[in-house]
Amino acid sequence: MLGYILKRGVQTLIVLFITVVLVFFIIRLTGDPTYLYMPDDATDEMVEEFRKQMGFDRPMYMQFGNFLKDVVTGDFGESIMYRQDALSMVLAKLPATFQLAFGALFIAIMVAIPIGVISAYKQNTIFDRIGTGFTIVGQAIPGFWLGLLLILLFSVTIKLFPSGGGGSVLHLILPAVTLAAHSAARFARFTRSTMLDVLRKDYIRTVKSTGAPMYSILYKYALKNTLIPLITIAALDLGVLLGGAVIIEFVFSWPGLGQLLLNAMMGRDFPVVIAGVFFIALSVSVINFFADILYGLVNPQVRLK
Amino acid sequence: MAKKLEDVQTQQVTVVQTSQIKGSKKSKFNYYLKELIHHPSGFTGAIILVIVILVGIFGKMIAPYDPMAMDLGLKLLPPLSEGHILGTDQLGRDILSRIIVGTRVSLIIGGVTVIGAGIIGTVIGIISGYFRGWIDAVIMRIVDVTLSFPFILMVLVISTVLGAGLKNIIFALIIAGWVAFARIVRSEVLALREKEFIIASIATGVPRWEIIVKHILPNLFTPIIVLASLQTANYIIAEAGVSFLGFGIQPPTPAWGNMLSEGRDFIFSSWWLITFPGIAILLTTLGINLVGDWLRDVLDPEYKK
Amino acid sequence: MPNGDVVLKVNNLKTYFHTSRGTIKAVDGVDFEVKKGKTVGLVGESGCGKSVTSLSIMGLLPKHLAKIEDGGINFNGVDLTNISDRELRGIRGNEISMIFQEPMTSLNPVFTIGQQLSEPLKQHTKMNKLEKKKRIIEILTLVGIPRPEGVYSQYPHQLSGGMRQRVMISLAMLCNPKLLIADEPTTALDVTIQAQILELIKEIKDRTNMSVVLITHDLGVVAEMCDEVIIMYAGKIVEKADVKTIFNLPKHPYTKGLLKSRPGMSQSGRKQKLESIPGSVPRPDEMPIGCTFAPRCPFAMEKCFSEKPPLYQLEKQVSRCWLHENEGKEIF
Repeated sequence: MLGYILKRGVQTLIVLFITVVLVFFIIRLTGDPTYLYMPDDATDEMVEEFRKQMGFDRPMYMQFGNFLKDVVTGDFGESIMYRQDALSMVLAKLPATFQLAFGALFIAIMVAIPIGVISAYKQNTIFDRIGTGFTIVGQAIPGFWLGLLLILLFSVTIKLFPSGGGGSVLHLILPAVTLAAHSAARFARFTRSTMLDVLRKDYIRTVKSTGAPMYSILYKYALKNTLIPLITIAALDLGVLLGGAVIIEFVFSWPGLGQLLLNAMMGRDFPVVIAGVFFIALSVSVINFFADILYGLVNPQVRLK
Repeated sequence: MAKKLEDVQTQQVTVVQTSQIKGSKKSKFNYYLKELIHHPSGFTGAIILVIVILVGIFGKMIAPYDPMAMDLGLKLLPPLSEGHILGTDQLGRDILSRIIVGTRVSLIIGGVTVIGAGIIGTVIGIISGYFRGWIDAVIMRIVDVTLSFPFILMVLVISTVLGAGLKNIIFALIIAGWVAFARIVRSEVLALREKEFIIASIATGVPRWEIIVKHILPNLFTPIIVLASLQTANYIIAEAGVSFLGFGIQPPTPAWGNMLSEGRDFIFSSWWLITFPGIAILLTTLGINLVGDWLRDVLDPEYKK
Repeated sequence: MPNGDVVLKVNNLKTYFHTSRGTIKAVDGVDFEVKKGKTVGLVGESGCGKSVTSLSIMGLLPKHLAKIEDGGINFNGVDLTNISDRELRGIRGNEISMIFQEPMTSLNPVFTIGQQLSEPLKQHTKMNKLEKKKRIIEILTLVGIPRPEGVYSQYPHQLSGGMRQRVMISLAMLCNPKLLIADEPTTALDVTIQAQILELIKEIKDRTNMSVVLITHDLGVVAEMCDEVIIMYAGKIVEKADVKTIFNLPKHPYTKGLLKSRPGMSQSGRKQKLESIPGSVPRPDEMPIGCTFAPRCPFAMEKCFSEKPPLYQLEKQVSRCWLHENEGKEIF
């Protein structure tokens, strides 16, 4: 188990290194990154001075070396818009985004498992059709539009939840539900197909032959076989959720990393953009790392290998 | 991680070699038509998709008004007002006409991106899977990192660097999108390489390009088509999201995403501004997904069971 | 009504599968009895209906597909086709239990042996946790598993195929069943392990005086284990007799064919030529009008292709063949 953790740790580091490389190159997609940082009305002298100051006039490998050093030491520079340390700005907003993403993940799993299990058990009945309809629409609907609809319905029409802002559980519900919709649909679909598969297995027939009642077969035995692969899917989805949070935070004015990043992008505040992007990448890697270990813990077949 | 990600991917797009249906092109067409009619959800999707494509082609010709024509005297008319079935926006422009004209933008973005990302991803996937070795290792690392990074965030960052506009948003989507194709194609090619008929061709000295073009490419058709259909819907949603945030298609050019963005400011007074463009997106992605699911059912004999 | 000695009486059982392409008569009017402490072998090629018969008894048919259309399954005076799910669950795993063909896939990979073995005890007894564990260890010892305490907390993939089948047997034996249904219990195992498992079943049977329905295609297993033998073909019984009669005096051409197609020694001790029955079991949607075996039968007459033969009572057995028309008494 320790060797496994170590191996996965090294892989996570490689992933982070490649992320740094990718960000480095994306910033240079247009050639000279100096202009990205500068306002449109900057004079030539200002640009030239800034280029020297940032080291953008040096050879590529030196630029990369500096960039890598900055990332490792956590020095992402100062926000151009706010004149604050970019990293601490990002870190301050991270918890709110995590609240939203994990809240959404929780809702998605809680909704998806019963739908998937019932659709599978009652295959080809009206329950199954309603469940499948839910998953099809849930996968096709754009999240930010769903958010707008929910605001229209729950904030404007029946005034149950606030339309935006943060600070309370009440504020969290609408954005978390919005963010959860797509994942819930995917999980439900996955749960249904995996469950159908599991229910046809020999070992389920074995439990039936012991006289166990159907609910115990479904929720005690078959569900565990289904949940193990679902963990991987759910963990991978956390990355998608963190990305989706950027738009959903904008829709609901949720004070998280997404808002910060969007404002930074609009203001071309690249130190903040890079710090934010890097921390989302880091979060995804760390989450995947823990998900893998969790998967190893719940799956006896992996544990021993 | 890499291995598990692959498992998840292949579960989404179960990939099987093309089963060649014997007979002429016409009878093949008839066969698929017959399959389509007997597949209720696929049939519904196809009808929706055909309508959306026709609207996209004829655009301005069938729009009742000039989508850019403002008339501040007729602003914010509710739906079913005289002459404006879906109402007008804050500048008195006809919403139906803007949705109709916006269709073409969404379809062009979805179509061009899927062709671009599909070709690039397929070529890189074939190189990676066929030649293996260090080039495969490097490519797959990049693919892993890109896939674990939130898609929409990647598109946003690239759009920020490149700037707004139709060409740039397509470019950003392709850069973030090719990896999905590369992964599926690579794993297919790896499996194909072990097949007897490929080994036999290599052993008898058939040139590489001929093996790739004549034996490998035709067998990649099914997985690529299925993935492409599902990805197209994702691209359309992503573009709408990016435009909604103000990084994509800029107003006054009508696009579904920026219509939602403008309508958001009037959510408390004029619900129709955000409702109808969203329905247009939902119907399009729903149609594409339903056809995609049907394609998987009909092209993939394994999946039918 | 069955007399006191009969544990199970299957009466004109008809189990049909309803598929989109029509009805398949998987079991089409099967009668037999199992007496206390005896072993009955159900023999036939795959697709003859022997497994469906056993699943019908257990009530484990796939619900939306298969249905018992007619007939009764009388177990100790209770008609299993005519009781509620709840009552059936009370019998299943308790008074009747089953061993399956595939030990490799019949145990759930994500639960320990102990967890899986405690399920029947949970359903059918009021034992507490400690008593359950004690009983499970006891039964694991009984089926010859070394280090039963260790195996208790192990997962299936840590055990060999033979060990897993022993675990399956212990699962079946936990509640001291009156009837054990063993569906090809040794087919998936190595030859050396096969003999051990069969010996184990026999030993337990002799000790507990339970009855066994043994489903197999292997006549060697039948010779070893069974008191009575039922040969099935295409959903029907074609011959039924005690084990000696089946091997010494088979009457039905299909039984004769099966006997010839197994490797063995002739009485003179010389190796015999191995024969096989030509053709294969007819597809369910292409059942012949007459005798279902006629297309493969070396003795087939004109009549065999046009009329279904009845079951004849012969001196030592029953057999379903027109050859006995002048010899036996028609019973169906």
